Amino acid sequence: MATFFGEVVVAPSRAGVDDEEETEETAEDREIRRELQEKREIAAFWTPGAAGRPAEEPLPCSRFIVAVGHNAVAFLSSFILDSLCWKVVGAVKLWNEWCQTTNATSVLPTDSFCLFYQLISDPTVLLCQCSCYVAEDQQFQWLEKVFGHIRKEGLQVTILSTCPVAEYKTQESTLTLPSPFLKALKTKEFKEELCCPLLEQPNIVRDLPAAVLSYCQVWQIPAVLYQCYTDIIKLDTVTIEAFKPLLSSKSLKNLVKDVSESTKILKKLLTTGETHNNIYI
Amino acid sequence: MFVPCDGGGPDFEGFTLLMPAVSVGNVGQLAVDLVISTLCMPKVGYFYTDCLVPMVGNNPYATTKENSVELSINAEVYSLPSKKLVVLQIRSPFIKNKYRPFCQTLLSWVESSKCARVILLSSSHAYQRDDEQLLGTPLRYLLTPALEKAIEGHMQELKWKEMEKVAAYPGISDTEKVLHIPGGGITKLLFTESCSKGIHMAVLLKFCSEGDNIPDAFGLVNYLNEWLQLIEITRNSSTDASPEREIPDPSSQWKIPSSWRLLFGSGLPPALF
Repeated sequence: MATFFGEVVVAPSRAGVDDEEETEETAEDREIRRELQEKREIAAFWTPGAAGRPAEEPLPCSRFIVAVGHNAVAFLSSFILDSLCWKVVGAVKLWNEWCQTTNATSVLPTDSFCLFYQLISDPTVLLCQCSCYVAEDQQFQWLEKVFGHIRKEGLQVTILSTCPVAEYKTQESTLTLPSPFLKALKTKEFKEELCCPLLEQPNIVRDLPAAVLSYCQVWQIPAVLYQCYTDIIKLDTVTIEAFKPLLSSKSLKNLVKDVSESTKILKKLLTTGETHNNIYI
Repeated sequence: MFVPCDGGGPDFEGFTLLMPAVSVGNVGQLAVDLVISTLCMPKVGYFYTDCLVPMVGNNPYATTKENSVELSINAEVYSLPSKKLVVLQIRSPFIKNKYRPFCQTLLSWVESSKCARVILLSSSHAYQRDDEQLLGTPLRYLLTPALEKAIEGHMQELKWKEMEKVAAYPGISDTEKVLHIPGGGITKLLFTESCSKGIHMAVLLKFCSEGDNIPDAFGLVNYLNEWLQLIEITRNSSTDASPEREIPDPSSQWKIPSSWRLLFGSGLPPALF
């Protein structure tokens, strides 16, 4: 296809299947593919649960809060999580082209990890911090392995995530929008009040947050997704604070920790990443 | 796997299953959108699968503020028992290497749900047509042997053109001919599988290019309507004179869904002007 200025560009087809894929694969191709697939398998580890439950038994759960991406993870770290009230009960380990989860138990905000925490005073409250990239072919596995370990009776899911404001579709230009801002999507079963307006058509959400919400919609689990549209993808205070209206929501209200402490932690979180952003190293 | 919306499994026995192939210009998907939106088909379930990229959004066919708050996912099933029609809409691309498992799950669902026939709406790269395909209408059809037997001659009555086979080794030998649907996504795979499984399947496709594919979608859905008569098209006299099917009739009764707004992105920054 030639553009207005004359250069020839190859338009990526939305058709998907390339013709090369139709050709017969050799035994070696199959072997490579199989090994790659094995490497991309995700693994979930659960510590033997509360009240002496064996590790493989599904956890009873009333609230499951999932944060996807660095900013949402940092929001939970600074406003909800602390080591006194929460304990780690599980982790997902995965590998793909973009990221590999860390093996360390004490994680830095810049690390890639996917950890599960349990509230000590109420073990039915679970929280997930997922700062690693879960590839398209791994999202379904993630759902099966995580939700396979959680009992669905009386469960309610809250998902927090961020995405670039450039992806937001609106009648006006996205340049004039006051970002960051929050939008929500909810499943049919979710009846509580929302903390922000709903995401309008024709906007859509992709990736892991979409996978979790789809799962909840199909299996009739009340769930809500709060998507923060921001113009900064890196860890950033303004974006993190955009999630603050959620602190008054029913699912997070009684989990909020001391706010003065929160700001301190938030500062600390942001400075940890700074050395990485310095071109002078 | 088909998961009904609210408990009870709907009965699709003897129904026609209409579905898109995710293909060049997303023409099949757009055409299916027109069918669902025009016939106001209610959602009856989900096609829950690990083969498609996850996506969620609010009701793409919203007509009022109330029904706009209804979550939609990547593969959903709509049904209209009065027309014996069930529609599977696919809203996201396939995950790499998942075409084959998807076709298998889909066809086993078709068999277990006892659908009478499957109609696949698809498209193919216009620029890869051969001399023969360049002639006349850009619309083509394909029938599996099982369906061909069942509706014998009906396509000739409609004066439809069958998708031509192309030479397997162009320029060397013209004797060996193969079915070639470039840009058709899973079309060829699904069609050949259906042939060998004896499934009644028709493929309707249009040659097109990536771009504004709304006119292509109208072309394809009108083509489908010639056969299924889903809606009554009243043509005004001017369109009768030029029977070009692909140009959307201004008096067209197809209803464009609300989700087609902003198909080409957001508004432009005012500072540009």
